[in-house]
Amino acid sequence: MTNDERKNGAHHDSNESGETDDYGTGHAHDHELRVSKIHNGTVIDHVRSGQALNVLAVLGIDGSEGEEISIGMNVPSDRFARKDIIKVEDRELSQDEVDVLTLIAPDATINIVREYEVVEKSRVDRPDVVEGVLSCSNSGCITTGDEPVTSKFDVLEDAVRCAYCETIFREDIPALIDT
Amino acid sequence: MRHDHLITSKQLSRADIETVLDHAAEIDADRSAVADKYSDRLLGLLFFEPSTRTKLSFETAMKRLGGDVIDMGSVDSSSVTKGESLADTIRVIEGYADALVLRHPKQGAATMASEFVDVPLVNAGDGAGHHPTQTMLDLYTIRENAGLDDLTIGIMGDLKYGRTVHSLAYALTKFDAQQHFISPDSLALPREVVYDLHQEGASIREHDGLEEVLPSLDVLYVTRIQRERFPDENEYQKVAGEYQIGPDSLSSASDDLTIMHPLPRVDEIAPEVDDTEYAAYFEQAHNGVPVRMALLDLLLGDSDD
Ligand SMILES: [Zn+2]
Repeated sequence: MTNDERKNGAHHDSNESGETDDYGTGHAHDHELRVSKIHNGTVIDHVRSGQALNVLAVLGIDGSEGEEISIGMNVPSDRFARKDIIKVEDRELSQDEVDVLTLIAPDATINIVREYEVVEKSRVDRPDVVEGVLSCSNSGCITTGDEPVTSKFDVLEDAVRCAYCETIFREDIPALIDT
Repeated sequence: MRHDHLITSKQLSRADIETVLDHAAEIDADRSAVADKYSDRLLGLLFFEPSTRTKLSFETAMKRLGGDVIDMGSVDSSSVTKGESLADTIRVIEGYADALVLRHPKQGAATMASEFVDVPLVNAGDGAGHHPTQTMLDLYTIRENAGLDDLTIGIMGDLKYGRTVHSLAYALTKFDAQQHFISPDSLALPREVVYDLHQEGASIREHDGLEEVLPSLDVLYVTRIQRERFPDENEYQKVAGEYQIGPDSLSSASDDLTIMHPLPRVDEIAPEVDDTEYAAYFEQAHNGVPVRMALLDLLLGDSDD
């Protein structure tokens, strides 16, 4: 199997970007070189400028497990004027993590890298509902008491909405993330 | 109508609403047809905050249907103060009753409770959330007095915290209604409600005074502005005074205007208005009984199938 076949075969259906970023070795663009190449792990690209640290906080990635993390902030981008980009060695994101990510980085692209090659690349798909990953900050909401209930939020175009008290959260979503 | 629970007015279609209102009208015209229909049934009343009026209305409705009620009692004397969760309490009472009525101070309480029970559950108010049976009796009163088609309604007062307002506004989107919202800025409709109303394609406008819209109104729905929403007494007096209705403030109103209020009122409608042709708020309160009888009949009747 050639490198090309391996890359193409693993392309995710939801990859609409058509971009040919290469996060391993090879034909990396200049700006890609500002953060280190990775061997195995995940590259989260096209994160809105300024959100990189929030993304790491959401994913609970803080370097405490010795993982190698590179962060590029305000990197020039074709799609946005500026973007953030995150590379984490030896870590592949789960679907739950991707779901949460969509809420604060809806335009992000997730690239799974193995042996310096992008084996899977996908735009994140926003789920209709997220359960258990956010907690409602409305003190009048039934979910904030001692009830045996899992939080549930409907995902709107640019916001999330508590399925119980119906409060809409827009700018303040990172603050709702369960830690 | 086939619903296991009545949680918000949002879940009801226009046809659902009309089914309830039509049935309420039938019951209102002839109560004998349903007088003994539920003689072996018990309605569980779970009121986690005081509301004598709503509770009495449900109790009357159930007894007029031949049934009886069991009442969890006041919050002080119940297990709530011992820290039992709502989810536990409701599952216990579910075993005693054929249907449940829940009033709770937290938003979303009825939605959550409905996930734990199999018997029909009626939301009788969840914090700043919903109060659908109030909405049904409001709609019934509007239909009786002004009609629900080609309606121009003004809703005035505390639009931010008033759950009756939110539920009513949402239900009215199912009808051909122009809705005017009149309130001080600080008590304007929450963005959630405006979002929902726009989603439904509703025709709504917001105002800070009654004068400009009063002549066009078929119905004026007044709600209470509460003292505790304001940091100091002066501010409250100043604002509340602008949203009070007296005989003088109605000079430009249409002769056919219907004035409604969910009650209890304090001073937002002067007693002099009570004797005018406009006043429909006591009739509105009385309508709670046939409307709740109709709802209980539909919910309990369905549970037989
Ligand atoms: Zn909530």
